[in-house]
Amino acid sequence: MHFAFTETQIEFRDAVRQVLAKECTTDDVRAAYEAPAARTGRWDTLAQMGITGLAVPEAHGGLGLGLVDLVPIIEEAGRVVLPEPLAMTAGVAGPLLADVNTTAAGGNAHVVRWLEGVASGDLTAAVADARYPRLPVAGADGADLLLLVADGPDGPELHGIDAGHAPVVSVPSLDPTRRLGEPAWVPSPESLLASGAVAAWCIARTADRAAVVTGAELLGLADAMITRTAEYAKDRQQFGKPIGSFQAVKHLVAGAQVLLEFARPAVYGAAWAIDDGTGDTARAASVAKAYASDAALEASRISLQVHGAIGYTWECDLHLFLKRSWALAEAWGSAADHRARLIDSLLAEKP
Amino acid sequence: MDRPMDLHYTDAQEAFRAEARSWLDAHAPAPRSLASLDTAAGFEAHRAWEAELAADRWSVVSWPEEFGGRGVGILEWLVFEEEYWRAQAPLRVSQNGVFLLAPTMFEFGTDAQKQRFLPPMASAAEIWCQGWSEPDAGSDLAGIRSRAQRSDDEGGWVLSGQKTWASRGAFAEWCFGLFRTDPEAERHRGLTYFLIDMATPGVTVRPIPQIDGESGFAELFFEDVFVPDDLVLGEVGKGWNVAMATAGSERGLSLRSPARYSRAAERLVDLYADCLERDPDRARRSADSVAQAWMDAEAYRLNTLWTATRVLDGGSVGPEASANKIHWSQTDLSIHRAALDLLGPEAEFHGDGVDAPWLDGFLFALAGPIYAGTNEIQRNVVAERMLGLPRG
Ligand SMILES: Cc1cc2nc3c(=O)[nH]c(=O)nc-3n(C[C@H](O)[C@H](O)[C@H](O)COP(=O)(O)OP(=O)(O)OC[C@H]3O[C@@H](n4cnc5c(N)ncnc54)[C@H](O)[C@@H]3O)c2cc1C
Repeated sequence: MHFAFTETQIEFRDAVRQVLAKECTTDDVRAAYEAPAARTGRWDTLAQMGITGLAVPEAHGGLGLGLVDLVPIIEEAGRVVLPEPLAMTAGVAGPLLADVNTTAAGGNAHVVRWLEGVASGDLTAAVADARYPRLPVAGADGADLLLLVADGPDGPELHGIDAGHAPVVSVPSLDPTRRLGEPAWVPSPESLLASGAVAAWCIARTADRAAVVTGAELLGLADAMITRTAEYAKDRQQFGKPIGSFQAVKHLVAGAQVLLEFARPAVYGAAWAIDDGTGDTARAASVAKAYASDAALEASRISLQVHGAIGYTWECDLHLFLKRSWALAEAWGSAADHRARLIDSLLAEKP
Repeated sequence: MDRPMDLHYTDAQEAFRAEARSWLDAHAPAPRSLASLDTAAGFEAHRAWEAELAADRWSVVSWPEEFGGRGVGILEWLVFEEEYWRAQAPLRVSQNGVFLLAPTMFEFGTDAQKQRFLPPMASAAEIWCQGWSEPDAGSDLAGIRSRAQRSDDEGGWVLSGQKTWASRGAFAEWCFGLFRTDPEAERHRGLTYFLIDMATPGVTVRPIPQIDGESGFAELFFEDVFVPDDLVLGEVGKGWNVAMATAGSERGLSLRSPARYSRAAERLVDLYADCLERDPDRARRSADSVAQAWMDAEAYRLNTLWTATRVLDGGSVGPEASANKIHWSQTDLSIHRAALDLLGPEAEFHGDGVDAPWLDGFLFALAGPIYAGTNEIQRNVVAERMLGLPRG
């Protein structure tokens, strides 16, 4: 039992934090609002650091590490509202392709090419949530690779297509950097990656990984919002003193901080459970996502309240954090969705 | 050393678990078979049980062997607690001593104090209560007025004043209390931490019935109570610092182990499954809060392992203990509130039925946001010391 990150993991995270503090300011995020793109100079920097391929097997150009290594870095992405699809490409698409590659469909030459593309950073991916196969896919507009789900004779099937082969209609999102898109595509034998039990296995693992990395991004967002709000509360004066000295304000901020404190180990523990593979990973993922969603929603709520009217403006950076939080809190299962999933799993254990 | 993250207990820890489990299976009294520890008879029954625990060195596993422990680490203690709650063994009548005073005594006590007090604390031969709060000093602990006056002739201090809300004070043999030794000093500076024999002349105890009618706490009156110098814990005038160490244990890792809540959350899921059979509509309305309560307990377990690892790696627990206290007290409430909703019209049934522990547990959980420093005070601490907001 040793529930902590290694020094190497912490150092890597700190290095990423430094890079992102320079390369992903709120002005950069605003620029991405104007011209959302998947691959950017910043993306190339992250790729050169090995981050996009962190969880891709070494045989395919990656570092062969796990979600435990990735989660602290995704947290940093959340902290700066990173516009590029790091969590989905590195945390979900890479491991999913690696899963597919270990099955019969691994013979598919595309899969190896895609894995290598994820590792090198030449490729960004969008992954559909299997529960909503007909809804727009986050990140699809501008992605290089689409990993999609279709109904098949043996249940859901997993398909992969190079984006050039499917025109994508962009769908507006509250947060334009989400790049929602509706791919016009028809499932074909060429695009098929897995069906039947293999697809079900891949889809279940994908849902858990996506819940956990999305949870990690929400942790970073919540932390950033609470920190900004505490700074603002120290600075802003009313009645002749900083508003942060008023207890009503303190208690709002403290309540959000307590939720965040308890969401963190839940996300880290779930990342470990998935890498380890021995326990009930679905349950761990549900605890992680429910807690992270609730923590980020509470941080959003109190941040806006403590900022007052300035927080309600386009000019104040806060809304960049709020909008990403609201989107991600619902993505890959809301807190309530995950509580419902948890209760089913707890009941399934009963005689 | 760069140890990778690992949430498995080691084989040695699992062997320790197996040993604890088989001992508890053989020895633990049937669940709820002892009378309430807030009654005179129940207090003695709980003392006898802890003596049995101590005889086989299970009462304070993390203490050094010379004081009655097994010298194991914090993780093994957590494993033991998991087994203790799994066995539904009795509440610990010695909890104020074992979980609160002992860590402080290990840090601040003299060798003589440790030799004198720790073994009988481990065996429950001497049970402790905490004498801090006063009628006019609750949240504002530094405002206490009870005094200790120097008596150079006798080599000690003469205590006078009133303490209140002392849990287990009605029956305890010893009390750790905070008294003002320097009325001139700044209010945090003039305090001293005393170890007080409740049998000393001048101590009067008046039990106070709690919300459930039992004498769970007491008022303590001190009239010229002599306490010798060797019963001062830490330095004279430094009582506030010593007390904050105790408060850290009370809010942080020591007092409430996660197993308590994990076990209650498991029972809550059983109750839910049962309700699904009897009254499926009611059950479904509660599904979300049952899941939330289970998650609260699970998040607490994970956070405890996270914190324990940090401590084992040489870190410390600072104001996070306040966040911890808020979380465990809310978790206890969320579990019991969900249970009462599942019981519905039966929630108010009082007595010895199978579901009775839920109502008792609920009444106890209600005190959680109040004792160990109210949750409002803990939020102040989180805001000021974790996030740097200015003091009001
Ligand atoms: C079951 C139980 C067992 C206990 N056991 C012990 C024991 O063994 N030994 C012992 O010494 N004490 C014990 N206590 C007492 C406990 O420590 C106090 O109740 C607690 O510190 C609060 O003090 P108070 O009751 O005087 O409430 P008050 O301090 O009067 O507070 C009343 C309300 O005002 C709020 N409040 C007060 N000040 C502030 C502030 N600055 N900011 C915001 N809100 C504020 C509080 O949060 C609370 O909601 C016990 C209490 C209970 C309920």
